[in-house]
Amino acid sequence: MTHALPAGPQPAPRRQLLVGTGVVSAAGALLIGGMLSIWLRFRAAAPLRESSDGLKQIKDWLPKDLKMAEVLTNVGLVTIGVACIMAQWAAYSSRRNDSRHTNMALGMTLLMGLALLNALVAVFPNMEIVLAEGAYQTMFYAITGTLIALVAAGMAFTLAALFKSSGGRAGNTDLMNAHALYWYFLAAAYTAVWFVVFVQK
Amino acid sequence: MTTFDTHAAAPAAASSSGAGALGAFVVGIGSWATTTDHKKIGRLFAVTALLAGAAAAVIGAFLGFERISATGYSVLDLDSVVQLSSLYRVVLAFGVALPLMLGIAIAIVPLQIGSKAIAFGRLALFGFWMWLAGLIVCIYTIAANGGPGGGEAKMVDLFLVGVVITAAGALAATVSLVTTVLTNRAPGMSLSRVPVLSWASLTGGVSLLLTLPVVIGTAIYLYVDHHYGRLAFGGNKGVNDWLGWSMTQPQTYVFAAIGVGIVAEVATVASGRRHPLRAILLVGSGILTVAALAGATQIQHSLTWTNTSGSDKVKELIPFLIFNGLPVLGALVVLGGCALGLAQGKPRVLAPLVPAFLGLGMVLAGMVGHLVAQFGPAGLAGTVFEEGEFNYVVYGTVLMGIGAVSYWGPKLWGRSLPQSAVFGLGTLGFLGTVLSSLPLYVAGFADQPAGVVDGFSYGGPQELWNGLAAVGQALVAVTIVLFVLTAARAFRTGEPAGDDPWDAQTLEWSVSSPAPADNFASVPAVTSPEPLLDLKPAGSEK
Repeated sequence: MTHALPAGPQPAPRRQLLVGTGVVSAAGALLIGGMLSIWLRFRAAAPLRESSDGLKQIKDWLPKDLKMAEVLTNVGLVTIGVACIMAQWAAYSSRRNDSRHTNMALGMTLLMGLALLNALVAVFPNMEIVLAEGAYQTMFYAITGTLIALVAAGMAFTLAALFKSSGGRAGNTDLMNAHALYWYFLAAAYTAVWFVVFVQK
Repeated sequence: MTTFDTHAAAPAAASSSGAGALGAFVVGIGSWATTTDHKKIGRLFAVTALLAGAAAAVIGAFLGFERISATGYSVLDLDSVVQLSSLYRVVLAFGVALPLMLGIAIAIVPLQIGSKAIAFGRLALFGFWMWLAGLIVCIYTIAANGGPGGGEAKMVDLFLVGVVITAAGALAATVSLVTTVLTNRAPGMSLSRVPVLSWASLTGGVSLLLTLPVVIGTAIYLYVDHHYGRLAFGGNKGVNDWLGWSMTQPQTYVFAAIGVGIVAEVATVASGRRHPLRAILLVGSGILTVAALAGATQIQHSLTWTNTSGSDKVKELIPFLIFNGLPVLGALVVLGGCALGLAQGKPRVLAPLVPAFLGLGMVLAGMVGHLVAQFGPAGLAGTVFEEGEFNYVVYGTVLMGIGAVSYWGPKLWGRSLPQSAVFGLGTLGFLGTVLSSLPLYVAGFADQPAGVVDGFSYGGPQELWNGLAAVGQALVAVTIVLFVLTAARAFRTGEPAGDDPWDAQTLEWSVSSPAPADNFASVPAVTSPEPLLDLKPAGSEK
């Protein structure tokens, strides 16, 4: 016999995409967090050597004559901040069912993502580090490469949102909120990598 | 009370289509390969995992028999032993324990919480195919002298790629599962009213979300390092040093975490009444997943206690108890809660309870063993004791999986498994698990080294311990193969199961068996954690 339960009221809007993106962002945070923790572990375990002025012992971690791409990475930080504002603008416009502003905001987010990707890719030739020369180099490429992949995924998300929005679904607030959340996650991940890898080194 | 019949009419449609047998077969394969029905995706995960489990146990038996005579090799050679040892561990962790529990949760949880579908069904299916592809790559590369410690550099690289793909696939399916529990619950089903299996799936899923990305990140580092230069992570030997944590305790508890919900669910139904202290089951399954933090930190929190001051001992004791002790406490709380529920009700003998309950007992034995092994003065580091722990936890998880398939199989396939067979195979599996693990505990105390099959000698009947362990592995393999064969037959030609064959308490038993593709004709309203008991006549609850 089949037991029939009384049908419930129409379920409230589920915000499934937003929650799913939150879950993915948490996993992404663990991915970057785990990689940074291994980075810190290696840096802490690096042997000591005398500084160039001979006055103190320093960690022998960074390659000699390393040119840190500070301008590029700092500009990248500003760029991702702007991308977040644009993504939030898209979410705001979506709540008002304003497709013109939603599309424009998504387009700007895509542009900022492209700029960030360009800055990140430009870091490699700018720093002139060779991949197979040491522990720092391989780990640097691995962590920045992973970050680039996450940014590329964010751009794919933006592109998909733009297609949906321009196809007449600009009022899909769940999608736009989820999209903004992913860019906030990207901003947090980028900031963490920027601080540990490029500032603290 | 009204009833509705939601039986799928697929067989009739298939027979009337006039397509030949081959055509129907191809269509059938295609429908399974591209399905977004969570029940099919879950079964794909679970059945593949059980088959992989049988293969892994056969490998374990081979290694075990090779170890009986510790003076040279009889069937295998040194390279084969290294590769098979890696294969055994990788397959049991990522190919059996993880997907078996994940598959059962994916198949059952949406039904339990009153959802018409799983969230992001395509993502869950994509996760399955990714996981399977990654697992095949891992197996192939280990067989081709790759894997941890492998000598073929390209295959080691490819193995690391396989690990990333496997973990990413499992992660995708986990995202789908966790989002389902968080967003797709029926009206009135707050998180405190969620069935215990669904709760354990949520906590276990979150634990996987905490640890699988760390596996992926580490494997990316290892790949880049191994492919270019091998200057940071120790080359091929470093693979095991840096990724080994993901295939040992306490990370294996995370894989087993969903199983705790299986046992609690079946035991509550067997007790024939609402669980008097349901909250402690939820708390217990939550505490167990503290193991995820131990996995994510990638450190074995041991207690050395040699030449240390009192304050240092306390500093060691706290993380030791948190990361090794709390999971044991969680499992004990659930086991105790189940026993309490059974004692206070009028328990019925449900065959699925046998493998499920014994499985949790085995997992607990592995956890306690790990607790002992992490106590430095016991001197068990580097011995086969750790292999015993691993076998206990993973085979215990397999037993819980067998219990779950026996219990929920009627809802998924519409037919029942013979109860005597489930009872017998559960007992045989229990015997096999104990034999494959306990002798290794004893041999561990006798300092038998881990990871080698010859060149050791210690005072004691080492042939006996290793022989018993090998027999245990063979018994586990036989159990899994017999169970798969029995289930395959029973689910095709066995007795049709009723819609509620266990007189159960949760929503999945309110729909017809097998459950229809879209689960519920209308979304049911829920007013208690046991919605089905609310519908049954007063007095049906013992």
